[in-house]
Amino acid sequence: MIKVKFPSVFTQITKERKVEVENVGTVRELLDKLFEKYPQLKERLIKDGELTPFINIFVNGEDIRYLKGLDTELKDGDEVTFIPAISGG
Amino acid sequence: MKVIGLKCRICGKEFPAEALYTCDNCFGPLEVVYDWEWIKENVSKEKIEKGPKTLWRYKDFLPVDAEPVDLGAGYTRFIKAENLGEVLGLKNLYLIDDSTNPTYSFKDRVVSVAVTKAKEFGMKALGCASTGNLAGSLAAHAAKAKMPAYIFVPAGIEKNKIIQALVHGAKVIEVEGTYDDANRLATEVAEEHPDWGFVNINLRPYYAEGSKTLAYETAERLGWELPDQVVVPMASGALLCAIHRGFKDLVRVGLVDEKDVIFNGCQPEGFPIVRAVKEGKPVTPIREIKTIVHSLAIGNPADGIFAKEIIEKSGGYAEDPSDLEVIEAVKLLAKTEGIFTELAGGVTVAGLKRLVEDGRIDKSDVVVIYLTGNGLKTSEALVDYLETTVRIKPRLEEFEEVVA
Repeated sequence: MIKVKFPSVFTQITKERKVEVENVGTVRELLDKLFEKYPQLKERLIKDGELTPFINIFVNGEDIRYLKGLDTELKDGDEVTFIPAISGG
Repeated sequence: MKVIGLKCRICGKEFPAEALYTCDNCFGPLEVVYDWEWIKENVSKEKIEKGPKTLWRYKDFLPVDAEPVDLGAGYTRFIKAENLGEVLGLKNLYLIDDSTNPTYSFKDRVVSVAVTKAKEFGMKALGCASTGNLAGSLAAHAAKAKMPAYIFVPAGIEKNKIIQALVHGAKVIEVEGTYDDANRLATEVAEEHPDWGFVNINLRPYYAEGSKTLAYETAERLGWELPDQVVVPMASGALLCAIHRGFKDLVRVGLVDEKDVIFNGCQPEGFPIVRAVKEGKPVTPIREIKTIVHSLAIGNPADGIFAKEIIEKSGGYAEDPSDLEVIEAVKLLAKTEGIFTELAGGVTVAGLKRLVEDGRIDKSDVVVIYLTGNGLKTSEALVDYLETTVRIKPRLEEFEEVVA
């Protein structure tokens, strides 16, 4: 079971801020599963085949770009958080 | 009404002027949209010149209507740096010295605007992620606004910056990790508490506007003209973008003539925006932070792509001096102009020096550089690089021996 947290800006599409997803082994598989459930999310998150730079994805608090990107492995109990990139400074 | 709403900087989708910071269409950042006809009718050089000697002399350009939460930020020292100019070979070098702001950094400009906005929105608390300067500024303005403040900083920043935030009664949360970790956590907290105003998160579109006042001051102090070149320190890149917007505002309402100002940006060695400009590649965040310049140590700069674009389109450049060059530059400024700036100012002066040496700035160019903080905040970094004191017994002979 992977715990997924969305920012409030996703809720127009996802309706809720927290969901749980089963049977996914990587962030890529998680995204595929989420996109099946929320096709509009895919349209907005993926631009020209690439993940938008305006949303960062964290696995247990670490940015996936410093792990293995979309190939980052997930295990039972992991927490995946989507966070708007434009903050701070 | 001077504020029409917010607009996505990427896809252009419009939103009401609320505490929003991300576009729900493309997740891009939002910016304030103004009624320029209103501003044009209301603003004039005479009105500004009769205004308070603070950033609020430019209130007609700022996205607030309420009575400002004002500690007196802005309209800081504007200095023709003849001594430093002579050393560097520049005839028209000017400094804006924000070390003299109420909490000793440029952050008072953005915070004064953002806290005023938080009051307008009726928010219950304030917050921010900070590399240090914002912490003290937010804590002080929160005290003035009688609001609680939650401040997230990376563990290990300068003691003086923490003390400054604590003395005003803010709750300071030291987060184990880098600024980017503290910022990520603060953003999560902001998401959980939409009625709290996190100045550089959910109030960011308004907050960023406060830095435009540095552009207005630049033009006003130069006799309502724009400079040839500016040199700006960069952490997230938001300051450089705001100065760029500020110059455009002045042209738009006719307070200055149009001019293509060259924008140069400076970061500590190896940081992403400068690296991207130098290598002609996209801005790529870095995880590992290695610099003594904590106030500019943002590995994932939110406005990086926008700052890079402005620098490139203006024909400017970016420099990332080493920590040692930064320290030497802090000392050079102190010894030539009598100004003790913090390490970020050292990055700017060291970057300026490189730009001049590379022939990117002409000696007759009107150049304005921005000193964003006070040297006493980061003095511990200098201790090992200064001459030691001379200790003697209270006897005239001993002193005479020292100077012999």
